[in-house]
Amino acid sequence: MEKEISITPALEIHDLTVAFDRKPVLWNIDLKLPQGKLVGIIGPNGAGKSTLIKAVMGLLPLSSGFAKLFDQDLNDIRTRVSYVPQRESVDWDFPASVLDVVLMGRYGKLGLFNRPRKADRDAAMDCLKQVGMEQYAHRQISQLSGGQQQRTFLARALAQQADIYFMDEPFAGVDAATEKAIIELLRNMTQANKTVIVVHHDLQSVPQYFDWVILLNTRLIACGPTASTFTQSNLQETYGGKLTLLSDVGDLIKRESFPNREGSAKQAL
Amino acid sequence: MNSFLEFFSFADPNIRYVAFGAVLLTASSAIVGSFTFLNKKSLIGDAIAHAVLPGICLGFIVSQTKNPVILITGAFITGWLSLLAVEFITARTRLKEDTAIGLVLSVFFGIGIVMLTVIQKSGNAAQSGLDHFLFGKAAALVGDDLIAFGSVALILLIVVYFLFKEFALLAFDKDYARSIGFPVRIIELVLTSLIVLAVVIGIQAVGVVLMAAILITPAAAARFWTNKITVMILLASIFGAVSGLSGAYISYIAPAMPTGPWIVIVISTIAFISFFFAPKRGVINRLFRQATIRRTINDENVLKAFYQLGEENKNFFNPHPAEAVLRKRRMQHGAMIKILERLQAQGYLEKAKPGWTLTEEGKLRAQRVVKIHRLWELYLTTELRIAPDHVHDDADTIEHLLTPELEAELERILQFPKADPHQSEIPYRDR
Repeated sequence: MEKEISITPALEIHDLTVAFDRKPVLWNIDLKLPQGKLVGIIGPNGAGKSTLIKAVMGLLPLSSGFAKLFDQDLNDIRTRVSYVPQRESVDWDFPASVLDVVLMGRYGKLGLFNRPRKADRDAAMDCLKQVGMEQYAHRQISQLSGGQQQRTFLARALAQQADIYFMDEPFAGVDAATEKAIIELLRNMTQANKTVIVVHHDLQSVPQYFDWVILLNTRLIACGPTASTFTQSNLQETYGGKLTLLSDVGDLIKRESFPNREGSAKQAL
Repeated sequence: MNSFLEFFSFADPNIRYVAFGAVLLTASSAIVGSFTFLNKKSLIGDAIAHAVLPGICLGFIVSQTKNPVILITGAFITGWLSLLAVEFITARTRLKEDTAIGLVLSVFFGIGIVMLTVIQKSGNAAQSGLDHFLFGKAAALVGDDLIAFGSVALILLIVVYFLFKEFALLAFDKDYARSIGFPVRIIELVLTSLIVLAVVIGIQAVGVVLMAAILITPAAAARFWTNKITVMILLASIFGAVSGLSGAYISYIAPAMPTGPWIVIVISTIAFISFFFAPKRGVINRLFRQATIRRTINDENVLKAFYQLGEENKNFFNPHPAEAVLRKRRMQHGAMIKILERLQAQGYLEKAKPGWTLTEEGKLRAQRVVKIHRLWELYLTTELRIAPDHVHDDADTIEHLLTPELEAELERILQFPKADPHQSEIPYRDR
């Protein structure tokens, strides 16, 4: 295992704490992920799986710690990082076509003010082909099924041509055939040494899908290759009851308006 | 009629200026307002609109003139202040955004009205016309005012042109915009400033009280007609321009009349028409589509009744009177006759003695409905493990809805079974 990490880790999280309304929902997470792996984030509801991804993507304020991607700050390598939000996080009645959404994947490279060029359209169409959605390119997005919406988001991520992908529940609302097609696609991506990190719910498919797993329940239970980490005892710890004391202390912090760190008392004012 | 021709021939340069100004103001407000609408922040526009009044009054008190640049600056400042107040209240107290907006709107507007009253009582001759900001007066848009407000409108259009992609992305998926490194805070800041500016210039035409209408209604009306954001915003600007132009006209023929309410009446009428008559999203079309669906369901149910009668006496082409069909399918006699005659006109039934008989096409269509019904019942009982006595109603709906692709998929999954859960034969077309 040591050897696997000796090259630059795709993701390194150090002492990461995230709080909502001062109540910590992730406590002091420490982990490293190697490159080119398909990684599942597993844990019960409210375990902080999406929060972890959002924190790494800089979408939430951190109470402590940091995340580095390929040993660099997120801001220095934005174009190498792709984020797929939860499907329900957007209003699908927005006036846009499937191609419009996929084109958004090119915006990072285009930068501000510039409009998508013909080449960007070609790239977007190509990504739609990869997810088997090319015939829906001009369909209004409100007419898509759940699985098609998910594939549209996936195509948008592909259009970013990133090296590391964070996906928040890409299998939610997806039928079995589509799920299989998606996992196939993700496999191919990892074969090209892309790192793909996926929030996942279905325990049954974990060993079959993922090379690595992160077991999470407001704290990190375990992180490592699926074979050695996805064990009965680790699962028991992840799903077997909450640490009541931990969540009580979190509530206390919130109630008493305490800062999460002594130094950040000012910010919590 | 004479005044109509006089106005719309645009021969008088004064009329040209007023008309051009009104169109520019309302159209640019509508364009900026489209993004407010897409961001689901319609109420915010209303709060800003009311909050610019104290700024205008303050501008007047400080300068003692109606210099448009000073008034715009004052309006811009209090407009922004109101936004910050809403944001602060939502973030730092337990009050929700709608409450915060209501609070800020009324407090700022109240202060504005007090200031306006004080100014009007002060006896300063320059103040006359300041109350136009309450309900708008398109005809007052001349000279320096037109140049000042017109240039702000142009700035709005230029900024929207360059940041179109960014504004659209933020409205659709803000987290994603942040994840690709777009300066979301700054873009939001720019958009908010645009909204404040749009309000500031829009009130010339409509007045603060009704400003929200010109900001939001054109976009809401345009949304009914299209699914493309570019077309939507273009339509919104046209709707805005039409209402602005009519406002200017009314202002011209009835100088005592405030323009704002008229503009709002016109734009509301456009919204009303869109709401009812737009294709696809309009109410009338939806009702029409529902009626079509109901008709299809009724037709197919009657054909199904013929088929079931045919199954009972082993001959699908036996004639049946309306009464026999009614025993299978309860409805009013008159309605049944109407359906039978419609099916006859469509070639699915033929007149016979007694009553009607299925044609070959009618039999095929009925057979397909029956097949899907029974396949679906089987699917529910075998794949979803639903009790056989609970599946009938569900299948009654599905049988009219299933597309040929899903029908084929269903056959494939179940592998062409012979009978449904109630041991009725599943009829396939000869393969």
